[in-house]
Amino acid sequence: MSQRLRLNPIACEAHGMCAELLPERITLDEWGYPLLDDEPLPRSLLDHARRAAQACPTLALRLERAPETS
Amino acid sequence: MSLEDHLAVHGPLPLVPRRGRRAESPLIGRVERAGLRGRGGGGFPLARKLRAVARSRRRSVVVINAAEREPASLKDKTLASKLPHLLLDGGQLAAEAVGADEVIVCTCDSAPAGAESLAAAVEERRQLAAEPAAMHLASAPNDYLAGQESALVNHLNGGRAIPTFTPTMIFEQGVRRRPTLMSNAETLAHLALIARHGSRWFRELGTPAQPGSALLTLWGPLENPGVYEVENGAPLTSLIDAAGGTTAPVRAALVGGYAGAWIAGEFLHGVALSDEHLAAHGASLGAGVLVLLSDSACPVAETARVTRWLAKQSAGQCGPCANGLPALAQTIAELAAGSAQPQAAQRVERLGSLVAGRGACGHPDGTATFALSALDEFAAEFADHARHGPCDACTRPAELPLPLPARVPAARGPAGYASVR
Repeated sequence: MSQRLRLNPIACEAHGMCAELLPERITLDEWGYPLLDDEPLPRSLLDHARRAAQACPTLALRLERAPETS
Repeated sequence: MSLEDHLAVHGPLPLVPRRGRRAESPLIGRVERAGLRGRGGGGFPLARKLRAVARSRRRSVVVINAAEREPASLKDKTLASKLPHLLLDGGQLAAEAVGADEVIVCTCDSAPAGAESLAAAVEERRQLAAEPAAMHLASAPNDYLAGQESALVNHLNGGRAIPTFTPTMIFEQGVRRRPTLMSNAETLAHLALIARHGSRWFRELGTPAQPGSALLTLWGPLENPGVYEVENGAPLTSLIDAAGGTTAPVRAALVGGYAGAWIAGEFLHGVALSDEHLAAHGASLGAGVLVLLSDSACPVAETARVTRWLAKQSAGQCGPCANGLPALAQTIAELAAGSAQPQAAQRVERLGSLVAGRGACGHPDGTATFALSALDEFAAEFADHARHGPCDACTRPAELPLPLPARVPAARGPAGYASVR
């Protein structure tokens, strides 16, 4: 069961912590809002991703189960 | 049309009894065979929506979305004024199919004619023997995004009429946390006809992929602009002929409204009004809006004006939309004024792809589609403005319809709308 990132764009206030903690998957746009994809995360990045989600001051970033690829 | 006339033409509500309390309403299968898709812009198959709500064991709610906040669209307002009972039939039939005991009829503040007609129709129906669901009227504010599904649910729940971020779908939890079926007014009117005449009858018109007819709002330099019922897949020229023909040469057509795309005038003779065909032009029918832009209008000034308006409609909740749309509008305004930085056209393209897909609703995506399509279709005009500044046509009266600013007391046109001519 793989996980992916999910952002609540309304809650996000561009603190940018996520991009610092998970630069492999998250970059910031010119206003400081994260650019991310919803591809499943590899096992090697899971801990970093969890930390990035926990560090978000507005809890806008979450990990969710990725739909099964058939 | 009064209730008496409606009953004379269409007959009573054709309620289809279920074969048991737990059995699915046969109407859902009929809608599926008819291939009816939502006519509010999303194009979602109605049968799937009905089934999702019907499967819930909790009491559900049906919302008839007649808010129609697309500024260039008049079809649902027209339907509400002229055929309110057909629309209400659709709401009642949907309620019966999903097991709802309440139908909320949602119009918008700026279209009193449709709202009054529906209110009178709801009153008239009190004389009918038991209908499946109780009916209530509601009104959405005038904002562009108020008709968006989550915004309207939020409004009906007592919140602001702005989109929400809801991983929970409204068929699970919508109005008052009850499973909610929300459907566009025109879609439900088609449902009322499919219930009476069947899926085969519905498929007699249209294309296999997009069956039936559609209500389209046609604007532009025409003898008789307005709302027309058109067979899906019909040639655009047949619609223009029905509107009495054009009164000026056409530079391009905007298909699908302000989240839609432009098609050059020279291609209009070959255009068929179906999504399969329009996809080749990067367009789709969306909520059924077609605006013809005359040859004498300035497409750059028109694009700048509409993009500025769209940027103002952002609810300002999501960073990429709140920042990106004003930046997009500003860059286009500078291009139109001839005061843009070098590479401004590339910046518009970059901003467009930067905002798309990053909001809680589709507003940034739609605005980007509109702006990028204009930049592509009117590339020569944009380049000319960037180099030489405004053209002679820039000061001509605007052609693309936008709602009048709220506080300006306007002469009562068609429901507070700026004239098309």
